[in-house]
Amino acid sequence: MARTINVNGAAAALPDDPRVSLLDFLREHLRLTGTKKGCNQGACGACTVLVDGEQRILSCLALAVQYEGRAITTVEGLALDGQLHPLQQAFIDHDGFQCGYCTPGQICSAIGMAAELRRGVPSYVTADLGDAAIPADDGRLHDELRERMSGNLCRCGAHNGIVAAIGARLREAP
Amino acid sequence: MTPFAYARAADAADAVRLASGSAAAYLGGGTNLVDLMRETIARPAALVDVTGLPGTIDETPDGGLLIGAAVKNTALAEHRAVRARYPVLSRAILAGASAQIRNMATVGGNVLQRTRCLYFYDDDGARCNKRSPGQGCDALHGFNRNHAILGASDDCVATHPSDMCVALAALGATVHVLGAGGARAIPFVDLHRLPGAHPDQDTTLAPGDLITAVELPPLPFGANSAYRKVRDRASYAFALVSVAAALDVDGGTVRDVRLALGGVAHKPWRATLAEAALRGKPASADSFRAAAAAELAAARALDDNGFKIALAQRTIVAVLNGLAAKAQGAQP
Repeated sequence: MARTINVNGAAAALPDDPRVSLLDFLREHLRLTGTKKGCNQGACGACTVLVDGEQRILSCLALAVQYEGRAITTVEGLALDGQLHPLQQAFIDHDGFQCGYCTPGQICSAIGMAAELRRGVPSYVTADLGDAAIPADDGRLHDELRERMSGNLCRCGAHNGIVAAIGARLREAP
Repeated sequence: MTPFAYARAADAADAVRLASGSAAAYLGGGTNLVDLMRETIARPAALVDVTGLPGTIDETPDGGLLIGAAVKNTALAEHRAVRARYPVLSRAILAGASAQIRNMATVGGNVLQRTRCLYFYDDDGARCNKRSPGQGCDALHGFNRNHAILGASDDCVATHPSDMCVALAALGATVHVLGAGGARAIPFVDLHRLPGAHPDQDTTLAPGDLITAVELPPLPFGANSAYRKVRDRASYAFALVSVAAALDVDGGTVRDVRLALGGVAHKPWRATLAEAALRGKPASADSFRAAAAAELAAARALDDNGFKIALAQRTIVAVLNGLAAKAQGAQP
């Protein structure tokens, strides 16, 4: 049986050529073009997807074969029964995008980031390494979100709306 | 990308066996190697995927930690014992790359990542002795604002890009290696080389050597440690200068100190001269300034990076001042 990977709940056969990146596999082989190719060198975050539900990675720097047997979630896999994921709705409510090219990566990244926050992973700006809980203070939360989302660039400059959308969603469902 | 064979290693011995005989490379998270392969700067005939090797962090009998080479950077930074006993290591890792990259990158891969010197990457347009030995170095008289001020040669002025490695150098870590001739241990500070006449060789490892683990020795004053990174933007940028330090103060006197610099040399730079200048001296700004100056006396500026010497001086003093205040605040 062919080696497989699970994408948005469906099994797919992995490519024979190990040179195929996870990004190209998603976009060109599976025609899931929601995940975007920005820089293709790990600098922009547009290609961010989730592994096993909540670990955010860059699909451009991943070889598809390395993720054999793993579950990948792309932006196409977030809506449920025709209902937008609450974070997708929050991006609309808070003007979290302009051209939209970075948005799938921003949203997948923010879902992974929220899981890291729940797990208590500290960041570069966390004052106390022993206490990395979601800050109650809005200013500190703002700083944390900007640092934790720094791997996702938005060239339109929608960062304020992006941070507002993610912050609102975190306050609603931490 | 040049075609290559791909194999997944079941364990360390299997990895070394799979990598023997051909121009193979070990693949960790791929965050640097895949990029280098895409640029055809790295052209391995085979990749041996070692991400399935043990990703565990274990206590050692002497009170240190043994970190499997496949441990992800995020997992190491968030580990409770690392945060409590070696905060400089957590802080250094969290200062590097982005969250996505830290989720992918392994400890072994972070150690073996290659320089981000733009001339090294510019295969079509620039000469580079690290990429193509004997070709010359276009960085030496090129745009070299980001380049080395310590230990460079006329053949190479590149810097080592890792933050994590600066902390490992300061902490006196040991690297465990498995090669064709068996297992051995290398002091972390002896793993990376200065460029000399052979900048193509980043480390003292032999072809086929696999890093299996990194060991941290016990360091009773490790809890009083810090990492400070100075860069062109607030996040997701390589260091211009970084400082990793741990400080032990007893009655106002420096009992012991660990100090290493990043962004300044071809390897993580353990500041042994500054350490020697500090032991037994008052834990004061004057001592810190003198120690930093002793370390940086050998620094040499290129056309664009002279600012790094003063920046390193000030950053060392600032970090040690902060740690001294913390140590003395904690004393009765």
